[in-house]
Amino acid sequence: MLAFGAATGMPLDGRGAHAGDPDALYDVAPFGNVSLLHFTDCHAQLLPLYYREPDVNIGAGAANARVPHVTREALLRHFGIAPGSVSAHAFTSLNYEEAARRYGKAGGFAHLATLVKRLRASRPGALLLDGGDTWQGSATALWTRGQDMVDVSVALGVDVMTGHWEFTYGTRRLTEIIEGDLKGRIDFLAQNVRTVDFEDPVFPGTVVRELNGVLVAIIGQAFPYTPIANPRYFTPNWSFGIRERELQISIDRARDEGARVVVLLSHNGMDVDLKLASRVRGIDAILGGHTHDGVPEAIPVSNAGGTTLVTNAGSNGKFLGVLDFDVRLGRITDFRYRLLPVFSNLLPADREMSALIERVRRPFAQRLAEPLATTEGLLYRRGNFNGTFDQVILDALIDVNDAQIAFSPGFRWGPSLLPGHVITREDVMNQTAITYPAVTVNEFSGEQIKSILEDVCDNLFNPDPYYQQGGDMVRVGGLTYACAPHAPMGSRISDMRLDGRRMDAGKTYKVAGWAPVAENARGEPIWEVVETWLRDQGQIGPVSTNEPRLIGVAEDPGIK
Amino acid sequence: MDLERRTFVRTAGSAGILAFLVARGFLTVGDARADLWNKPAFDAESLEDAIDILVNSPAAESPEVVIVAPEIAENGAVVPVGVVAKLDGVESIAILCEKNPHPLAAIYEIPPGTLADVKTRVKMAETSHVVVLVKAGGRIHMARKEIKVTRGGCGG
Repeated sequence: MLAFGAATGMPLDGRGAHAGDPDALYDVAPFGNVSLLHFTDCHAQLLPLYYREPDVNIGAGAANARVPHVTREALLRHFGIAPGSVSAHAFTSLNYEEAARRYGKAGGFAHLATLVKRLRASRPGALLLDGGDTWQGSATALWTRGQDMVDVSVALGVDVMTGHWEFTYGTRRLTEIIEGDLKGRIDFLAQNVRTVDFEDPVFPGTVVRELNGVLVAIIGQAFPYTPIANPRYFTPNWSFGIRERELQISIDRARDEGARVVVLLSHNGMDVDLKLASRVRGIDAILGGHTHDGVPEAIPVSNAGGTTLVTNAGSNGKFLGVLDFDVRLGRITDFRYRLLPVFSNLLPADREMSALIERVRRPFAQRLAEPLATTEGLLYRRGNFNGTFDQVILDALIDVNDAQIAFSPGFRWGPSLLPGHVITREDVMNQTAITYPAVTVNEFSGEQIKSILEDVCDNLFNPDPYYQQGGDMVRVGGLTYACAPHAPMGSRISDMRLDGRRMDAGKTYKVAGWAPVAENARGEPIWEVVETWLRDQGQIGPVSTNEPRLIGVAEDPGIK
Repeated sequence: MDLERRTFVRTAGSAGILAFLVARGFLTVGDARADLWNKPAFDAESLEDAIDILVNSPAAESPEVVIVAPEIAENGAVVPVGVVAKLDGVESIAILCEKNPHPLAAIYEIPPGTLADVKTRVKMAETSHVVVLVKAGGRIHMARKEIKVTRGGCGG
């Protein structure tokens, strides 16, 4: 268990060490004898991209105004990052367009591969951990049912992974990959996935590896609310959940078997991980994902067993986390943690990985490159309430379906596009490529619409993170509303208006949406609706987003 | 996975299982006695009424009563709810869903010397508190937990 605490003056390490100088970004001196490399939520983005971090990320309950719920200048101040630096660009949305042009694209598996190789060379035996959401998010991943990402993950040398969107290919495909391509190469771990009937484990929960003579246990935690946030029919016989009790048993067993370092590879989301870390004993670090929070430092959390570090490694291939432990006489004496942004101008592409990516993309290259329209403004997705790319999807849904109102899910994946970019089919798929893409048009009463908004809002702002699902607020087109994030469940939404007039609880409205979780829903795939609309437009002017009037968040550091 | 157990349950009819359990001595024929059925409590239409019928002394919240249930239900029609009572002399455990039309979902009579660790599935139409009452050593211990029933979607 972690023994550093006050003895080594933690958590000062890393503070002030965020590189202002791009050339020094990857000068990460080796440390200790147990190293873990971690990426998460890459969402099948094989190529370098732009990804704008959120300017609105409000924390609920105890998480309010605390990491990861600090954005922009508040984030720079909190972590001591110099404004205008390469790190400031990596972790915030400040001066986004200008900084993006200056520092270039991020991510890309060929550049990530170079960084992984460098770190492995300086840290013999280092394990590469993938937090999941790897096989979904692009056209090629969807069209190959995850195969392109499986091939790339194996080539990258991933050792252990867990999952979330992986489950949306269904139990049969998931099992086929795990028992085929991954066998003997990548351990797919999920202690919290159990059979519905007897709650028997479906997957191994823990793997123990020896690193430089130290036994290290990795426990996998899949996204606990997969069958709720995504369609349950993909995994009808599997039950998920946080499963603290079972996790504690796995930790205790790993310790009994001699593990000196115990790490949870988690897809819980950061707020859930922070709570979990305060309640479960014996975890040295939780390497987290799901909520796409690029958090520059490891957050120490006290619990009955000592201290647990909690990290979150961002998304879309933009970051690689590096956690080094110094383990002496069976005890962790110190650690270093860095979340390294992967900038493709600063890291040469790995030739073998480039060739593999080119090979998996070749059959689809022409289809992917189909131009649809040009954007005059920045298109991005991330933010609690809306993004310009989501607004484009909402506008398309309303126009194409002649609807009064549109809903689009609060997904956090999908690259950003800079002004002047020609939007291609691939760009649209990067925002929409899911296995349940149907567009549905429904007649909902004003009361039903309010209840939908309240329901999703509670999934984001319930003061107890165990009652949150991650993801952002459903994006809303057509209607305007006010939102009080800190109000109780069922009373956050008010002042719903259509064309400036108050909506009527009893009246019905025509509502278009996509990504239905019900099995019998049928409709045109969302990407076809968006493509049709973009072709008609030809040119997309600067987009202004429809966002709710917020109540009671004036001084929040998680807001622009 | 314990396929043998699963196959056994699937293929054996419920009557067959009962006969098997009786034959193996797990159950005695008299166990399903109708007089154990607390009809007024199961018929009660509010949490308060059901509790009034079940217990006649005030219940105190106890950290020794642990409700093992998801925070968010995967399927409101079958929500797994378990109770572990780390108390001596547990006599019975009752599980109630506050907003159900008939809140009382189950009563377990715990014979002496039996581990007080039970699990069932309850049906829930909407987000509600689940309340558990445990009778042990002549006193009533209580725990409650909110279980959210959501329409789903929009994650991640």
